[in-house]
Amino acid sequence: MSDQRLMQSIARLVPPGSRVLDLGCGDGALLDLLKRERGCTGYGVEIADANVLACVKRGVDVIQLNLDEGLALFDDNSFDVVLQIDTLQHLRNTETMLVETARVGRVGIVAFPNFAHWPNRLAVLRGRMPVTRRLPYQWYDTPNIRVGTFKDFEVLATKNQLSLLDAFGLQDGREVRFLPNARAATAVFRFERG
Amino acid sequence: MCSDAGFFSPMTLVAHAQSMHFEAPLPLQCGASVRAYDLAYETYGTLNADRSNAVLICHALNASHHVAGVYAGQDKSEGWWDTMIGPGKPVDTDRFFVIGVNNLGSCFGSTGPMHLNPDTGRVYGADFPVVTVEDWVDAQARLLDALGIRTLAAVMGGSLGGMQALSWSLRYPERVRHAAVIASAPNLNAENIAFNEVARRAIVPDPDFHGGHFYQHDVVPKRGLRIARMIGHITYLSDDVMNAKFGRDLRRAVGEVAQDGYRYSTQDVEFQIESYLRYQGDKFSEYFDANTYLLITRALDYFDPAREHGGNLAQALAGATAKFLLVSFTTDWRFSPARSREMVKALLDNGRHVSYAEVDAPHGHDAFLLDDPRYLAVVRAWFARIASDLASAPGAAP
Repeated sequence: MSDQRLMQSIARLVPPGSRVLDLGCGDGALLDLLKRERGCTGYGVEIADANVLACVKRGVDVIQLNLDEGLALFDDNSFDVVLQIDTLQHLRNTETMLVETARVGRVGIVAFPNFAHWPNRLAVLRGRMPVTRRLPYQWYDTPNIRVGTFKDFEVLATKNQLSLLDAFGLQDGREVRFLPNARAATAVFRFERG
Repeated sequence: MCSDAGFFSPMTLVAHAQSMHFEAPLPLQCGASVRAYDLAYETYGTLNADRSNAVLICHALNASHHVAGVYAGQDKSEGWWDTMIGPGKPVDTDRFFVIGVNNLGSCFGSTGPMHLNPDTGRVYGADFPVVTVEDWVDAQARLLDALGIRTLAAVMGGSLGGMQALSWSLRYPERVRHAAVIASAPNLNAENIAFNEVARRAIVPDPDFHGGHFYQHDVVPKRGLRIARMIGHITYLSDDVMNAKFGRDLRRAVGEVAQDGYRYSTQDVEFQIESYLRYQGDKFSEYFDANTYLLITRALDYFDPAREHGGNLAQALAGATAKFLLVSFTTDWRFSPARSREMVKALLDNGRHVSYAEVDAPHGHDAFLLDDPRYLAVVRAWFARIASDLASAPGAAP
């Protein structure tokens, strides 16, 4: 995840000094930021060789692992915060990983592109899949294998007995709390086991 | 100094084998001790003013203190980890003072079964005491004492060498700032012990072994050593690599252009893979010591730091304070990624600093000695961090 504003917004949700697990940590920039600015500790999990290398270069502890294989390496409640920032949409086992996130962390924070954002709805109404700044891929080459909406996530969270601590949209670096399902390109949820 | 040295052909590193004598007996895990002994070692690079840039490299079964560089005037004398260590290489000898040491019981210069037992005045042979990974680490610690090195910037090893690196972090946590454990395991599983046992059973009944006292008969149990090496070699490669390299190719006799049919012989070398294994076995039996093979495979078998903790590896590693790098290779079935993950999990459970790379390389266990660019890049980046931390540490030499 490289969007600077999204990163700053997420970082504000992580209490200072937290022990953090960042699932799909990319090049480790968020963990690095959390370490430097909020005194956090923790690990990233990544599958891509280039990202693992980038993390090691930054001095961010990283574990190379395919999230589709689950989180057996991590004990229950072993982290204060578990992050899935722009990760969920790449997972085959999205639901399992959501439950695993709540198992391993006291608090889970998930952010993903909200497919119900109005420009996306408009594109579909016109008969085309959306291509936007937030969803920049053509339908035939997108790495996103899960497309869901803000509301969809609420339903999935309820189904898995997660209690939502906070839920809002992010648009242009600002929190969207009024009609986020239509007005925000990014959905953000903070939750714990119910 | 050119920081891009790695991109250009680096200056050839010339290695000098050295030896250190120790008079104080070394107590061993088995209860015995080695009364006086020598350790063969090499060093590369320069120890900095505050003696903080030392890196110890631990060797695996059939390697030695000759880790990097070449011996002057000797062709093909590159150290066994020359891809990894040297000027401008991932473990950069322009920044680190690197030490390679030959372990006790080995056959490359340190005291071993082929040397005189000071208690009896005769060659040790089979009477050389059983040494363990922990004993080796203790001996290495004494070498560091003698070299005036209190703390290691890093200890690093692959396979059995990785076990030593892990053991260092447990026995001397205050002396190890970083530990790189590559293609290794927290103990051997049954299959692995079984392979070692096949190798030992090839050596011990060889009529030339003489119960381990073959030196006075002026013979070498080459038959046993050959078989031991052949079985070992098979387990270091992956099925894919073996098929790619040899497949079902038939052996070409010298001078023969091509052979298109079977020889229908049960004893001749028919397939290329047979020829290769026999060649590897022959070569090995020329330079390796049979007693050393038994000792080192036993050290592998015995290593099990979790044993004292009821099998709980997380408890066993609780005292390890070093920052760890673990690397495994997807096609390594002798020291599989699952075994590395056990160590990663134990370190995570203790909240230790650990990074773990699982490299998708085709070469099996051998991959740790080869030059997969993803593997070398991760190790390079990890050591570069250590070097820059050293440079910015308070009291660092300019």
